[in-house]
Amino acid sequence: MFMNLQATNHAPASWRKRRSTTALQNLAALLILLVLSPASAHAAKISELGDTSIIEQALRFFTFQDPSVRYALAGSMLLGITCGLLGSFIVVRKMALVGDALSHAVLPGVAIGFLWNMSKDPVAIFIGATIAGLLGTVMVRLITQTTHLKEDTALGLVLATFFAVGICLLTMIQRLPTGNKSGIDKFLFGQAAAMGPGDIQLMAVVTVLSIVVITLFYKEFLVTSFDPGFASAAGFPTQMIHYGLMLLLAFAIVIALQAVGVVLVSAMLITPAASAYLLTDRMSRMLWLAAIFGLLAGALGSFVSFLGPNLPTGPLMVLAATTVFALAFLFSPQHGIANRWWRQRSRAKRVQRENTLKSVYHVLESRHTMGEGVSLRELAERRRETIEEAARQAAELRRHELATLHEEGDLIFLTPAGWQLACAIVRNHRLWELYLTNAAQIAADHVHEDAEKIEHVLGDEVVRELERRLQYATTDPHGRPIPSLAEMQRGAGAADKPGDSIGYGKRT
Amino acid sequence: MNTFIPPFDFQKVLVSPWTTDLASYGWIALMGFFVATACGLVGNYLILRRMALVGDAISHSVLPGLVVAYLLAGTRHSTVMFVGALAAGLLTTVLIELIHKKSRVKQDAAIGITFSSLFAIGVILISHFASKVDLDQECVLYGEIGNISLDVPYVQLGSLVLGPPTLVRMAVVTLVVVLLITIFYKELLVSSFDPALAFSLGINATLVHYSLMSMLSVVVVSAFESVGAILVIAMLILPGATASLISHRLPVIFVLTVLHAALSAVLGVHLALWLECSIAGAMVVMAAVLFVLAWIFSPTQGLLRRWLRMRQPVEPPAVAARQKS
Repeated sequence: MFMNLQATNHAPASWRKRRSTTALQNLAALLILLVLSPASAHAAKISELGDTSIIEQALRFFTFQDPSVRYALAGSMLLGITCGLLGSFIVVRKMALVGDALSHAVLPGVAIGFLWNMSKDPVAIFIGATIAGLLGTVMVRLITQTTHLKEDTALGLVLATFFAVGICLLTMIQRLPTGNKSGIDKFLFGQAAAMGPGDIQLMAVVTVLSIVVITLFYKEFLVTSFDPGFASAAGFPTQMIHYGLMLLLAFAIVIALQAVGVVLVSAMLITPAASAYLLTDRMSRMLWLAAIFGLLAGALGSFVSFLGPNLPTGPLMVLAATTVFALAFLFSPQHGIANRWWRQRSRAKRVQRENTLKSVYHVLESRHTMGEGVSLRELAERRRETIEEAARQAAELRRHELATLHEEGDLIFLTPAGWQLACAIVRNHRLWELYLTNAAQIAADHVHEDAEKIEHVLGDEVVRELERRLQYATTDPHGRPIPSLAEMQRGAGAADKPGDSIGYGKRT
Repeated sequence: MNTFIPPFDFQKVLVSPWTTDLASYGWIALMGFFVATACGLVGNYLILRRMALVGDAISHSVLPGLVVAYLLAGTRHSTVMFVGALAAGLLTTVLIELIHKKSRVKQDAAIGITFSSLFAIGVILISHFASKVDLDQECVLYGEIGNISLDVPYVQLGSLVLGPPTLVRMAVVTLVVVLLITIFYKELLVSSFDPALAFSLGINATLVHYSLMSMLSVVVVSAFESVGAILVIAMLILPGATASLISHRLPVIFVLTVLHAALSAVLGVHLALWLECSIAGAMVVMAAVLFVLAWIFSPTQGLLRRWLRMRQPVEPPAVAARQKS
């Protein structure tokens, strides 16, 4: 994965970057349009709209008549995009929980921003929170650099301490007689429905800003994320890039606080990005996917929370993101556990088939005739299994056109393809045994186990090389013949199509 | 600003909690001490195992456990809450391990995904069943330690008045934690520092891991209603981190942890009285102040000490001198 990302950054980087630049610019323009379109009206609480049927609510949602719907939707989608983009970088930098720490650390900043002029002024709160967040990251750096405490401890320390200071300040504010305090506690859990046009504009600004910064400094972010050593050797200002990212992150967290609250911001940062991480190896694609997942989670969350009373938007957004992650976790084509399980299973079945073929070969070999079919009883005895098991394996061979069954399914005849494969496996096995005894000086009675494993994975080229090194030997260390190429071809020449032959083994 | 930071009233802040108001503030300080001790002792192992943020995760994700246990059993009895929290805590650990082991998502991201999802489920459950659930999400996040002295009747043992029920429960939990750590000292120590050695000694690392996580869940849930989820994290990390700045020996660290817990509880009460703010918050602030003091003045690795050492002129190495002559 690492190599891949490096590779994208070499020669073709210029055109790839330009392409993603224009695309991201389009996206930004689209977002500005989306945000500026809603007329300024007063936001109502989504949850107050309850008591109507779900379908009716869904219709109201999709017609976008309610300004509150427009604000909540636009806000959630904007923050989904921003968090997805920035989250991608913190996930690949293995600093996922920095988002968590930052989101708690901004709380005292929120309180101080409120104290500035005793109102819920978005700009003052924004500035205060950003400063507090940055201070938090600086503290984490300082603690990890000057003590032996590890980063997780430092993060937890800063998170909890800043949050406690914030709680103290908030309880002191609650006690104050003056000022419009309503809504300040909403920062803890967020309320997407209470977002006004001012909040949305701020969100749009932050979203556009992060898109522009990521586009302009894509290469810098990429290199410092994956290879900090190379980055600083090549003269990139890694410290500055780190704090630049932290600044953007603080911006994103502060705007997200409104919608999802302190605790769940980190989910919006981590979950869409981690889902994207499971799906692709390319950073540019990961950014796109994470932004799309974030947008999707935002839209879904605000939609579902609109459907019924008492459904909070923030947690629903998080759950939507988690659902996406669960799907990626299970069904990602490369890294999903369902696919991995399937691959393992098919590999196990292939090994099983090959072992059956090998046993058939052994039976034929022990008769010195290489003729006739092999009965199920013989196969079962050879493999030390029950007849039923042998029958099942024979059927499996026939399903893959490696063998045909005759006389009430009692006799197994290998097709040319089956014979060839059986020879190849036995040949791999014996060549490897010989190689281990000759070249590695391992005792002849110790090489069988290893050969049992490797016979299924040796490639053609390795086999050729083994033959060359062993000077085309014809017998293995136990004195049994190694099937030659000619012998394999003999089977292949027996019939044109594997299916219609009665198989190798009929004496001609 | 004058009303925001109240004037310092010596009598009210420093004297009254020890004299006239001892009945209420004594309980509160004691409660804070028990919470900080239990959390701090368990937290020491979390710090050693670099799992400090797993504590963070569990303290958030016990929320759905509490809600589900409450909805199923219909009571807020402490046993039910314990079982719910324990189940949720173990589920969190299992999920983190699952995501981290079975995919290429790193452990930190796995922690973040798990706890936030579970917490979101908890919040949704609470707001959806708001009429039925007597749990307050904000109370869960930053519970109020000041309420505990109001719990009556006090638990009595014979004629001896032990204290408010919450406090007695926390004291029992703390005692159990101390007992377990003493009994399984060797197992915890070895498996935290040297998993390979633990394996060769026949210590079941998985069992130790999950036992520690169970202990953590129990401690977290019992500390919950007094200090809330996020301040639990502070109590988990701050005492241990402070102690480990001062000493490298585990027994000494334990003693320092308890000392730190006591100091931050008492000082927190005073600070809260002065600023008239959340007592639990003030306790954490004082704990953090103690941490900063240790960070600066630690005799072995404090900032001051490092600064002094840097100012000392560097003597030429002895080997080089000999070669020259």
